[in-house]
Amino acid sequence: METLKFDLDTKPLREVNQFLHGDAGSLNGKKVVIENPNGAHNVAVGLKADVDVTIKGHAGYYAAGMNQIAKVTIEGSAGSGVAENMMSGVVHVKGFASNAAGATANGGLLIIDGDAGLRCGIALKGADIVVGGSVGSFSAFMAQAGNFVILGDAGDGLGDSIYEAKLFVRGTVKSLGADCEEKTMNAEDKQILADLLKKSGHADVSPDSFKQYGSARTLYHFHVDNAGAY
Amino acid sequence: MSDDKSKEIHKIPQTTPRYSATFDEYTNSEIRRAAATGIYDIRGAGSKRKLPHFDDLLFLGASVSRYPLEGYREKCGTDVVLGTRFAKKPIHLKTPVTIAGMSFGSLSGPAKESLGRGATAAGTSTTTGDGGMTQEERGHSTTLVYQYLPSRYGMNPDDLRKADAIELVIGQGAKPGGGGMLLGQKITARVAKMRCLPEGIDQRSSCRHPDWTGPDDLEIKIAELREITDWEKPIYVKIGATRPYFDVALAVKAGADVVVLDGMQGGTAATQEVFIEHVGLPILAAIRPAVKALQDLGVYRNGKDSVQLVVSGGIRNGADVAKAIALGADAVAIGTAALIALGDNDPHLEAEYNKLGTTAGAYDDWHEGKDPAGITTQDPELMKRVDPIKAGHRLANYIAVMTMEAQVVARACGKSHLHNLEPEDLVALTIEASAMAQVPLAGTSWIPGVTKF
Repeated sequence: METLKFDLDTKPLREVNQFLHGDAGSLNGKKVVIENPNGAHNVAVGLKADVDVTIKGHAGYYAAGMNQIAKVTIEGSAGSGVAENMMSGVVHVKGFASNAAGATANGGLLIIDGDAGLRCGIALKGADIVVGGSVGSFSAFMAQAGNFVILGDAGDGLGDSIYEAKLFVRGTVKSLGADCEEKTMNAEDKQILADLLKKSGHADVSPDSFKQYGSARTLYHFHVDNAGAY
Repeated sequence: MSDDKSKEIHKIPQTTPRYSATFDEYTNSEIRRAAATGIYDIRGAGSKRKLPHFDDLLFLGASVSRYPLEGYREKCGTDVVLGTRFAKKPIHLKTPVTIAGMSFGSLSGPAKESLGRGATAAGTSTTTGDGGMTQEERGHSTTLVYQYLPSRYGMNPDDLRKADAIELVIGQGAKPGGGGMLLGQKITARVAKMRCLPEGIDQRSSCRHPDWTGPDDLEIKIAELREITDWEKPIYVKIGATRPYFDVALAVKAGADVVVLDGMQGGTAATQEVFIEHVGLPILAAIRPAVKALQDLGVYRNGKDSVQLVVSGGIRNGADVAKAIALGADAVAIGTAALIALGDNDPHLEAEYNKLGTTAGAYDDWHEGKDPAGITTQDPELMKRVDPIKAGHRLANYIAVMTMEAQVVARACGKSHLHNLEPEDLVALTIEASAMAQVPLAGTSWIPGVTKF
């Protein structure tokens, strides 16, 4: 596989992103390494080709934002909004992720090996997220669809005003948000969880060690009885 | 009591029934509605109360001290370029009247198509809304602005790339500080799929963006949108009018190409009545502070570095357009007025409005999805009443009239381009309007808050 290297110390980010937005035919199957990211924002955003990008270090905000098809690996930590609104492909953060990781992501898989900050998976719209560590408060806020696996603990207000996303937590949940409740894991959900654990490098972890959470669906319609939750 | 005395009592004149100005008919009906339901009133449209507005301003035509342009012969330009600051491909419009963001979901597919057709025929832009871009709209709009909203419903990078400009929505005049709302009656299978929601639920859009919180974050977010679209597209930032000086300054600092400023008369598909009527500023009070912010930052009509200002909220005719521009706007946006041009609240549907307990001109229960005009609905039968070709033609006519009216006024003031109109061309009829628009009270040199009486 051909490997191309870009050094952000010497190459402007604009040129790197422009290259990565090139014709899919010329990018498909290529391996790209981005060196010295040093926390730069918006690295490898808007990709739309079957390209394998490795960011050698820490990335700033919105790394791999709106990703399509591509595989992006961050060999460090990621700032806010990593893989935000991802459509497909895989984004793998080997370190920690800051706030709003995987926000509104529609598809694809976001793997975070370490912990994630506040509002991880906020307004999730169909993507899968696997966090090896713990997630901060208000994670999965208004999560609409998709599967969200947390191997560690979850902070306050998990799944507040959640719609149809499925949450799987192995550790403790500090508190559940409005309209989020524990669910009984059925065979189909267990299979989803097992597959995600396998895909994210946690094949050794038993799905049986997780609890599942989802929407109680009591806030789906405006009603006087729910006044306290509005 | 003698018979005579009894007759006298009957002669004492009765006072006529007196309604309270405080507890007026509408107020009392709302108390009864609230008492019966236990939930706040939700409705569409913008503020309905009387507010200081463009009607409170007048133009000073030319005379001896200034001379006018010939009404039908001398050129009075109306074109506008938006997004010169950073975008590789700025937007060029033939008229400063643009179509405001309105979602597919709140509006029917044929209504969105009509807006696209009308805007395209008029040489202006139309704008998506909460819920994503539809083919009806993209296909029929030469210039389409793609809204990027807190909910990110239907937001995807392919549509972002298809857009001609991106409007990052922070708020809107009808509900600054609030998110969208779309009730179950309008969440049909197609709308639900586009928004990735269960069918038939009452959708609550978030009021804050999920992945940024303050102006410093916003700057990085705008940079992300630019990177994804390779710096081609103008990026607008839309705000509801609340603290226009600071909000516009921060939007400029964050890298906006264009600021869209929406006053409280601006409509919404559905929001709490209390929000619509009690939060935000009328557009008249917001334009001058916004322009001041642009001037202070050196981006007001300063060549390529300019940040353009688009204002909206209660724009109805060419006089409003000209007044908004004279106060400093580069362009305006119309929403409610465009819907009326398409056929919303039309008197020929009076019998049907009556069936809904309302009357043509007052119908605002747009969230219920029962619009007899087929515009604010997802009912497949009702929406057939919108003929996108005819409705689009009416909209194009209406925009042409507004543009020509603005030219009439501008020529009378001696201006060869609408953008040459200036605050000095205006006076105010009321002290309130004078203070808000910062133009003198008619017949005086007094601007409250600026000069001494």
